[in-house]
Amino acid sequence: MTATAAPATLPDGLPDGLIVVVRRECATCEMVAPLLDEMPVHVISEDDDEGLATSYGLGIETVPTLLRVVGGREVERLIGWQRGEWRRLSGDDGLGKDLPEWRPGCGSRTLDPGISEELDVRFRGATLRSRRVELAGLEDEVEAMFDRGWTDGLPVVPPTEARVLRMLQGTTRAASEIVALVPPDLVECTVEKVAINAVLAGCKPEYLPVVLAAVEAACTDEFNGHGLLATTFHSSPVVIVNGPIRRAIGMNSGVNALGQGNRANATIGRALQLVIRNVGGGRPAEVDRATQGNPGKYTFCFAEDEEGSPFESLSVAQGASAAASTVTLFAGAGVQPVVDQLSRTPESLAATYAACLRTVAHPKLPIAFDALLVVSPEHGRVFREAGWSRAKLLEELTLRLQLRGEDIIRGAGGIAEGLPESFAGATLPKFRHGGLLICHAGGDAGLFSAIIAGWASGSTGSTPVTREVRP
Amino acid sequence: MSVRTQIVLDPTGERQPSAREVTARPASLDGLTVGLLDITKARGDVFLNRLEELLTERGLRTVRYRKPTFTKPAPIDLRHEIATTCDVVIEALAD
Repeated sequence: MTATAAPATLPDGLPDGLIVVVRRECATCEMVAPLLDEMPVHVISEDDDEGLATSYGLGIETVPTLLRVVGGREVERLIGWQRGEWRRLSGDDGLGKDLPEWRPGCGSRTLDPGISEELDVRFRGATLRSRRVELAGLEDEVEAMFDRGWTDGLPVVPPTEARVLRMLQGTTRAASEIVALVPPDLVECTVEKVAINAVLAGCKPEYLPVVLAAVEAACTDEFNGHGLLATTFHSSPVVIVNGPIRRAIGMNSGVNALGQGNRANATIGRALQLVIRNVGGGRPAEVDRATQGNPGKYTFCFAEDEEGSPFESLSVAQGASAAASTVTLFAGAGVQPVVDQLSRTPESLAATYAACLRTVAHPKLPIAFDALLVVSPEHGRVFREAGWSRAKLLEELTLRLQLRGEDIIRGAGGIAEGLPESFAGATLPKFRHGGLLICHAGGDAGLFSAIIAGWASGSTGSTPVTREVRP
Repeated sequence: MSVRTQIVLDPTGERQPSAREVTARPASLDGLTVGLLDITKARGDVFLNRLEELLTERGLRTVRYRKPTFTKPAPIDLRHEIATTCDVVIEALAD
């Protein structure tokens, strides 16, 4: 077997000709050891520090590995013992005549637990630009994170260089690439800073591309992360994930989709919040002026159940391609359950949704607040069996959500809140055009759906933003 | 027992909390131009209208400004215009 993936440049000082990388406690290395005296070969042992570093630089994963170097460039790489190939490279037709034809190698020491991380920090740590913070020897590392104000109130994972380097392997993007200007301080945020906060949040490296896309979306002018943070209102970013990445990283779109218990759901939403807190400087009672807030400000992220949905996905409705992995950010303010266990026709169920959606923010306030309706599988079945599309449901909801002026003016119903008297003769929609989003998630049992009420809508506040997840 | 120190990476924007210098208050408003910035929160205009009356009675020059939406920082052009036109500014927060 000849491997094709070789490092572009060799570590300095390697001679032309044959190079072999070996280690102790490897039966194949010990078997070939006597031959190395007979061959014109430069031996690199992973058992000494210098040899280990060279092996790391060469990207050796298996020992023995035999390399052929010409003009300072690697031109061939053999992994394990392959008698015929070793004979060809050494030019010795009798090499290893007492040895078997073939033996697999052993794992390189550079990949041993503990050692691989140490080597990563030693050789790639310098690529990280963030300020190093030294924790005192007797400081509890988790308490130290609290003391420095880096947490959302729950414990975080200390962002050591090794953990951050491992996190960065989750993306092909350069650590130094600027992802966004994060509000409220409008700080240039690099991929590296996002990775550090993803470590704090407890993410796995494969979640990082989703976190990066969420940060990009949150920091757009349309989404208005600044105002959303600063507002006295309850809302904060809700992240809805679509496309193949949902399954690839094991997100939950089923039972308890909006709740706790799934690492990807929990930590992606949390990482976004920590970026805003730590990089952007958005802290409660400072720029964050929420009167009451909502528990989704720790984390609020879930995947859409596309496979079980009667409708096209949310991301497609937002203009993305069906094959794309995306995040959609919605400025949401908690979950309001909708109970309807009796409706078996789409008309009746739509009327229930409309009655409940009317109460978003206040039953007498039109247009000003968006909403996200999360249809559950059992409710979705009613629409599927009746052949209702997303567009049809939206159209029917819009028809049922026309508010009569005399019902919503100030004083109507004995409630001071409402519109000025001059609207008495008007009819106004509850939601602005594009202000009611629909997605599908939840477990198979339960004739319930959910409304996630939004914030000040459109150009005066926040517009939902969909961004593709890039590797 | 050996005590190992640990290095972690700073997750913050690495901005030292630097207190921004506030321009010294003028001893008197005589001859100065006063900007009145309405952030577009409800009833902010009521407050500013009354302030404008009082300032004008004292013979001061006032200029009115309005943010497009209270949910976003003032656009940079608006900030520039206020900074170059006015000596002092009063911003109305209301609800």
